[in-house]
Amino acid sequence: MTTLFTILFDGVAYGMLLFVLACGLAVTLGLMNFVNLAHGAFAMAGGYVCAVLVNRSGVPFFAALPAAFLASAAIGLVAERLLYRHLYRRSPLDQVLFTIGLVFMAVTVADYLMGSSQTFIHIPDSLQGQINVFGVGVGRYRLMIIVICGLLTLALQLILMKTRFGSRLRAAVDDPRAAGGLGINVPYVFALTFAFGSGLAGLGGALGAEILGLDPYFPLKFMIYFLIVVTVGGASTITGPFLAALLLGIADVAGKYYVPKLGAFVIYTVMIVILIWKPHGLFGRTAAR
Amino acid sequence: MFSKTMWRAVIGAALVAPFALTAAQAQDTVKIGLIVPMTGGQASTGKQIDNAVKLYMQQHGDTVAGRKIEVILKDDATLPDNTKRLAQELIVNDKVKVIAGFGITPAALAAAPLATRAKVPEVVMAAGTSIITERSPYIVRTSFTLAQSSTIIGDWAAKNGIKKVATLTSDYAPGHDALRFFKEHFTAGGGRIVEEVKVPLANPDFAPFLQRMKDAKPDAIYVFVPAGQGGAFMKQYAERGLDKAGIRVIGPGDVMDDDLLNGMGDSAIGAVTAHIYSAAHPSQMNRDFVAAYKKAYNQRPGFMAVGGYDGIHLIYQALKKTGGKADGDSLVAAMKGMKWESPRGPISIDPDTRDIVQNVYIRKVEKKDGELYNVEFVTFKGVKDPGKTKK
Repeated sequence: MTTLFTILFDGVAYGMLLFVLACGLAVTLGLMNFVNLAHGAFAMAGGYVCAVLVNRSGVPFFAALPAAFLASAAIGLVAERLLYRHLYRRSPLDQVLFTIGLVFMAVTVADYLMGSSQTFIHIPDSLQGQINVFGVGVGRYRLMIIVICGLLTLALQLILMKTRFGSRLRAAVDDPRAAGGLGINVPYVFALTFAFGSGLAGLGGALGAEILGLDPYFPLKFMIYFLIVVTVGGASTITGPFLAALLLGIADVAGKYYVPKLGAFVIYTVMIVILIWKPHGLFGRTAAR
Repeated sequence: MFSKTMWRAVIGAALVAPFALTAAQAQDTVKIGLIVPMTGGQASTGKQIDNAVKLYMQQHGDTVAGRKIEVILKDDATLPDNTKRLAQELIVNDKVKVIAGFGITPAALAAAPLATRAKVPEVVMAAGTSIITERSPYIVRTSFTLAQSSTIIGDWAAKNGIKKVATLTSDYAPGHDALRFFKEHFTAGGGRIVEEVKVPLANPDFAPFLQRMKDAKPDAIYVFVPAGQGGAFMKQYAERGLDKAGIRVIGPGDVMDDDLLNGMGDSAIGAVTAHIYSAAHPSQMNRDFVAAYKKAYNQRPGFMAVGGYDGIHLIYQALKKTGGKADGDSLVAAMKGMKWESPRGPISIDPDTRDIVQNVYIRKVEKKDGELYNVEFVTFKGVKDPGKTKK
C-alpha cells in the first residue's frame, strides 16, 4: 500500500516537471498558433546555465534556478525578435522546418560548448534522500519539484485569467487586428509571452536535469514528451496540459513499476487512446479556428 | 574537335596522375585510418581514443622501422553506414595499411567485410561484443569484451556473500550480453536472480524501476546501462535510499567509467564493478600515462583511451617486428601472440582468436584526494574472452 503512494508521488512529481517543461509550448502552440519544435532547446539552455553557475561558479542551487529562468527568457526574447516573428504568418510546415533546424543547431552548439557527456548539477545535501511520511517514502527533490511547479501553475492561471496582461494576450491571440486597433501592442505582447514560455522551459530544464539527465540531445529526446503533453491536454488552456502532464506522469511511472516489460509503451498507449476518443485533446476546443 | 576516346584518355590521365604521385610518396609512409565517433552521443569515446593515439605518437615519435606513420582521423558519428563508407574511402583512395578505432559493435562489423577483402588489418579499440573478431581473420582487438567483465563479476559476487541479485540492464545488444554472461556465472555459483528488469534505452527516469528493485529486497543490484546514464542511475539509487537499505551496486565497469565518475557524486561510493582498467591502477606505467594524459588534455583517461593507446602500440610493434613490411597478412601474423605491458597491466593478443587476453580487476569506488576512483582490490589474471561461439 505504501508503495502505491510512493509510485503516485513519483508520478505526480514527474508529471509536474513535464508540465513546467511543456507549458511554454502550450502557450506558443495553443495561444499563438506557432509550432515551436525548438522548445526543448530553451529548456536545455536553462539546464546548462544552471549547471555552469552551480558547478563552476559555486552559486547556490536556489539562486541558480531564477538565473536559469532569466537566461532562457532572454534567449527566447532575442530569438523571437530576430527569427520567430518572421514566421508567425507562414505555413505550419515552414515553422516546423525552421524550428527543427534550430534544434539541430542547438544540439551541435551544446555539444561544442559543453561536451557530449551527461552533465549533472550539484544539488545541495538538504535536497537529497527520502523522508518518511506515514511510512511513505517521499523524495525531497521530488517534493521540491511538486511545490515549485504547483505554485507556478497557480500563478500562471491567475496571470492569464485575472491580470490585464492576460486579457491583452487573449485578445491579441483571438483577433490580432482588432486588438491592435484597440491600442494593444500585439508584437510586444507576443514577444513577452514567448520569452516567458522560454523562461519556464529553462526553469524546467534546470529542475529536470537531476531526474531526466542533461546532454546535448535533450531537445530531441524530450520533444516527443512535450508534444504528447500538449496534444493530449489540448492546446488552448493551461489546465488541459497540466492535467495531461499529471496523467501521463503517473501512467508512465506506474506502468514502468507494475508492468516493466511494457514500461515504455504505456505513455504512448494512453496518448493513442485519448486521441482516438477526443481528437482535440482532453480539453481542446472542438471548433478549431 | 576531340573524339570521345581522346576525351576519355585526357580525363583518365588527369584522374590517375595524383594517384601516381601519392603512390610514390607512400613508399615510406604507412597510413592508418582511424574511424571513431567524434560527434554525437558517443563522441567521448572517439575523443579519448584520438587523444590517446596522439599522445602515444608524441611520446614515441612518428617513425617505426624506417617508415613514417600518418594517422588519418575520420568521424563516423556512430553510424555504421558511415563507418563502412569511410573505411572504403580510406582503403581505396588513401591506401591505408591499417584501419582502427570503431566506437560501437555495429561499426566494427560494418567494416569487417572490407578488411577481409582488402586484406587490411582492422584494429578494434573500443567496441566490446564477442563476435567481432570472428567476422574477419584481419580483426584484432585491444579493448575488451563485455563477457570478460560480466562473467568475472558473476563469479566474484557468488563467492562473496551476495545471494540474491536484482538486475537492471538496458534493452539493447550489449545490455543483453552483460545480463546473459552474468546470469550464467552467478547462478552457476549458487546465486539467485530475484528480479530482472530491462529498461528502455532512451529512458528518462529510473524511479519506478528502482522502486521495484527496492521492493524485491535483493543483496545487490547488477546494473548495466550505457555510459552516460550511469550517473543518473547512481543518483536516483541514493535518493531512493537503496544504499541505506543495504542493497549494493555491482556490474561490469563500463558504468563507472573514469570519464564520468566524478560527475556522479558521492552516491557512487561503494559500487563494486569488474573491469579492465582504472585510472587508479597502481603501476608506475599507469601513473606516468595518467600524468601525461592529464597534462596534455586536462582530464582523466578512461578505458577507451587505454584501448586506443594499446591499439596504436600494437600497430607500432607489429611494424617493428615485420621490419616495416606493411601488408595485411604480415601485420596480423606479427600481432598474433604479442605480449606487452599496458597502463592497465600485462596484456596479450590471443593467437587463436586475435582477441585480447588481460587481467580483470574487481574494484570499489572510493574517494581519494577529493576525487572518486575505482580502487582495485582483487585481480583475475589473464582472462580470455569467454564469449566466443567457436571454442
